Amino acid sequence: MPETPGAAQGRTYFDKVWDDHVIADMGDNTFLLSMDRLFLHDLSGSAALIRLEQSGRGPALKNHVFAVIDHVVDTRPGHRYDSPRPGGTELMVSMRELCNKHGLNFFDVDDPRQGIVHVVAPEQGVALPGLTLVCGDSHTCTLGGVGALAFGIGSSECLHVLATQALPQIKPKNMRVTYSGALGKGVFPKDMVLALIGRIGANGGIGYAVEFAGPVIADMSVEGRLTICNMAIEFSAKYGFVPPDERTIEYVKGRPFSPKGADWDAAVAYWRAARTDANARFDREEAIDCNTLTPQVTWGTSPQLVVGVADKVPDPKQAADAGVSVLMKRALEYMKLNAGAQMTDVPIDGAFIGSCTNARISDLRLAAQVLKGRKVADGVTAICIPGSTEVKKQAEAEGLDRIISEAGFQWRESGCGYCAYIGGDEFLDKRVVTSTNRNFENRQGPKTRSHLASPATVAASAIRGRITDPREFLA
Amino acid sequence: MKLEQLERVTGIAAPFMRINIDTDQIAPTREHIRARSEGYGPGLFGEIRYRDPETREENPDFVLNKVPYRKAQILIADRNFGCGSSREGAPMHLRGFGFRAVVAPSFGGIFFNNCFRNGIAPVMLPEADVHTLARQVEEKGGHTQITVDVVASKLTGPDGKVYAFTLPAFGRRMLLEGIDEIEQTLTMTPEIDAYRQRDRAKRGWAWLG
Ligand code: SF4
Repeated sequence: MPETPGAAQGRTYFDKVWDDHVIADMGDNTFLLSMDRLFLHDLSGSAALIRLEQSGRGPALKNHVFAVIDHVVDTRPGHRYDSPRPGGTELMVSMRELCNKHGLNFFDVDDPRQGIVHVVAPEQGVALPGLTLVCGDSHTCTLGGVGALAFGIGSSECLHVLATQALPQIKPKNMRVTYSGALGKGVFPKDMVLALIGRIGANGGIGYAVEFAGPVIADMSVEGRLTICNMAIEFSAKYGFVPPDERTIEYVKGRPFSPKGADWDAAVAYWRAARTDANARFDREEAIDCNTLTPQVTWGTSPQLVVGVADKVPDPKQAADAGVSVLMKRALEYMKLNAGAQMTDVPIDGAFIGSCTNARISDLRLAAQVLKGRKVADGVTAICIPGSTEVKKQAEAEGLDRIISEAGFQWRESGCGYCAYIGGDEFLDKRVVTSTNRNFENRQGPKTRSHLASPATVAASAIRGRITDPREFLA
Repeated sequence: MKLEQLERVTGIAAPFMRINIDTDQIAPTREHIRARSEGYGPGLFGEIRYRDPETREENPDFVLNKVPYRKAQILIADRNFGCGSSREGAPMHLRGFGFRAVVAPSFGGIFFNNCFRNGIAPVMLPEADVHTLARQVEEKGGHTQITVDVVASKLTGPDGKVYAFTLPAFGRRMLLEGIDEIEQTLTMTPEIDAYRQRDRAKRGWAWLG
């Protein structure tokens, strides 16, 4: 895939990787794509495995299929084999049995490689630049952070990939979001992507594969890129990615499922050649000047309902159109907020650091930096769930667990935990500031009111007991 | 497995006009478990449709609890319908309720693909047309009909006005013929094998054994 200097029209990274996976053109912009990796989790993945079993078929390429238990797992200390979620234990059991039966790569509850699927995939080198990777989970786009062409699918599509290691897909259009300038104090990748969604809306990426570019992305760690790509689906882009650069190559090197020896050299050569051509054309371009960004926090029930943490709850009368106005009114009601209220006056009942968005080691380091020597406010239930067992182990080796738990956060086993409701009641009908990706109604539990923010903002808010500007606590 | 087919549907249309209705609203998490004993459908929009989802006490203000919308087969929705989670329970609950089509200006992409696998036509029309249809239905208190014709790729509104729409060819075939999508892909085994042989030569590093 070398650049084609002088060619009339350059190609995007996305188009190059896509084209390298086309088995057949099925017409009407639909292509049968080869799938390099399939990752299964205990909800949609178990369902697909059970259906595969019923169909009497087997996996097409078992070595390319991975499975992990993350959604239904109990995150209370001591990873156990039963789930707090009704029916969860059966899901684990059937996943375990079927993975073993078919010889799939399976990371069980007590496996040191266990964790949230999208945290584990790059950690283990399952997600790599230039690979197609699917999972029955919308946040699979996270893995674009290492340059994978990764996207979420339904459980029927999951079954299709299990049985064939291929999938018909409609080819999306190309969009690029360029982040220029530099990040100010207290502004993190989470704030960058929330600000983008606030600007273009939760529907802004429908039908697009989104390349994140610009100097701020170039300077960003791979973990930060994973955070940004994680939320591509929150503006309805199925694909978000950063084409691989030297940072990416450095990041994926030596991971358990990364290529080795001569394969590694070939992979690096492929990745270095796979760039968006300078003269490639995008169907849509957006630009964000990071110099103007402040820490962000959502106030409503869609990620597009976001403001600067120092700002006020907006007035539905100022909405861009009638649809947004209705959304805003309903959100005010659900969130029990009034237009014009100062965000930093909003008291919280809970604080959560976790999820595939913001529970990697860099996120925990950031939280610990804010929490060090401080205490969570009275009346705030604060919970930290590392994104993977490896992240947990690393954090413990660095002493972050002590800082975080001495501040008053519960220190848990890795899993999805409070990102999506699995039956725990800690946050029911409570207001929570959370490092996750969805503030939808009832997402974190019936009547739970979720405010999305960076781990620094979550930690700062936990200390004050109300939504708080993290810059107060950062040197 | 053959899919449920759909050629056309004529029936009551229910307008639920809020933007960004995510699949957590369509298929709430706590309804997943219940659907196993209760089947799909009763849990549709569970958190909005019921005052108390546990007891199933209805919220009388919710559109699907009103006559004649209780028998709706077509949902009229606003932009970005079905955004968010990939859960296939979303189209399954819609189908379980009795819906055969959703008409909206745009859809979440994963939900869109899931619809075809569950006997539901996701019909995209320009926003102004969708809003017109919703208004016309509301003006008649829902006592009117809409037709979604997958064969002709046309929707007929309450006033007889005809709107053309397009469905992706593969999805349209799933609805019209109920094809088993895996069987369909397996008919392309020669192409798949040829691709893999080429790919192993070109990208051997991507292969695990
Ligand atoms: S952490 Fe949350 S968003 Fe991520 S995979 Fe788990 S439930 Fe989904």
